[in-house]
Amino acid sequence: MNPSAERWLDREAGPLVRPYARTRGRTRPAGEGFDLIAVVAATGARPGDRLRYSPDHVRLLRGCARPVAVADLAAEFGLPLGVVRVLLGDLRDEGLIAVVDTAAPAQGRPGRGVLREVLNGLRAL
Amino acid sequence: MVYAPSDPAAGPGPAAGAGPGGTARPLVTTKILIAGGFGAGKTTLVGSISEIRPLHTEEPLTDRGVGVDDVTGVQGKTTTTVAMDFGRLTLSDQLLLYLFGTPGQDRFWFMWDELAAGAIGAVVLADTRRLTGCFPAIDYFERRGLPFVVAVNCFDGAARHDPRDVAIALDLDPGVPVLLCDARRRESSKQVLIALMEHVLSWPDAGAPGHDARSPDRRGPAT
Repeated sequence: MNPSAERWLDREAGPLVRPYARTRGRTRPAGEGFDLIAVVAATGARPGDRLRYSPDHVRLLRGCARPVAVADLAAEFGLPLGVVRVLLGDLRDEGLIAVVDTAAPAQGRPGRGVLREVLNGLRAL
Repeated sequence: MVYAPSDPAAGPGPAAGAGPGGTARPLVTTKILIAGGFGAGKTTLVGSISEIRPLHTEEPLTDRGVGVDDVTGVQGKTTTTVAMDFGRLTLSDQLLLYLFGTPGQDRFWFMWDELAAGAIGAVVLADTRRLTGCFPAIDYFERRGLPFVVAVNCFDGAARHDPRDVAIALDLDPGVPVLLCDARRRESSKQVLIALMEHVLSWPDAGAPGHDARSPDRRGPAT
């Protein structure tokens, strides 16, 4: 495709800025990754040197004021998942956010109690 | 964090609430995959029952990297983005159910492993006019041992099929539920999800203790 013919048409086309430009070239967070539906929350620690944080960091940290799933953060802020993960990794390194302990593991299906709660919750919709 | 199997109403214990953030309220997140052939109605189903939002991931793809059902107008775009249908159902203050529409095209298979990890199960939407479209999804879930139901999306004008015929045509293992649905209707979509949950709970290993006891440290790696 002729690069000059390339056009960004709308939101569906994805971000105008290449994702890695927002993460200083990184494609995955330092340390352990974040599951798609992992719940993260701000620890309440105060950010140190603000100059080290991009506006995306600040927005994400604000979004973590209450426990929130990683995928929700990505959808809410319109950021690609990979970008959210890298930036969350930065915030975690600084002790500003952490993965909240939840009952649902990533690699095994949830336990029977959770499954029943989901079933009951669906019936009650 | 352990749920007592004998007590379906048991909420997460105090330990789950004491997150690193000192959060007062535990939050349990679960997910169900919505799969099926191209145009089988994945987007419609997710949208009929939940608030649907676009979710992107930026995989290194170089052409037509848009995985939603409707490609009208997107052909020829150059993008590295995969879009997924993403819905959320708030089942209670502390229980969220996420629906992920699996990217429909072959080149996005790499996304499936992450989507399937930890999932409760899957709904495979079938379009009887293009039944073969859901073969890859069925093969994948069978190989992976992820429980699923097949929901035959009854489009206007599409011939109504006996679910038993569909099960035979798809060569499903006995016991895999097949039901008819209208993905446009919330109540119908809800019944599909309920059927999946009942199927999952009928599996003998559902909620094996080992699943409850897993540490969140075992969460899968980012892709």
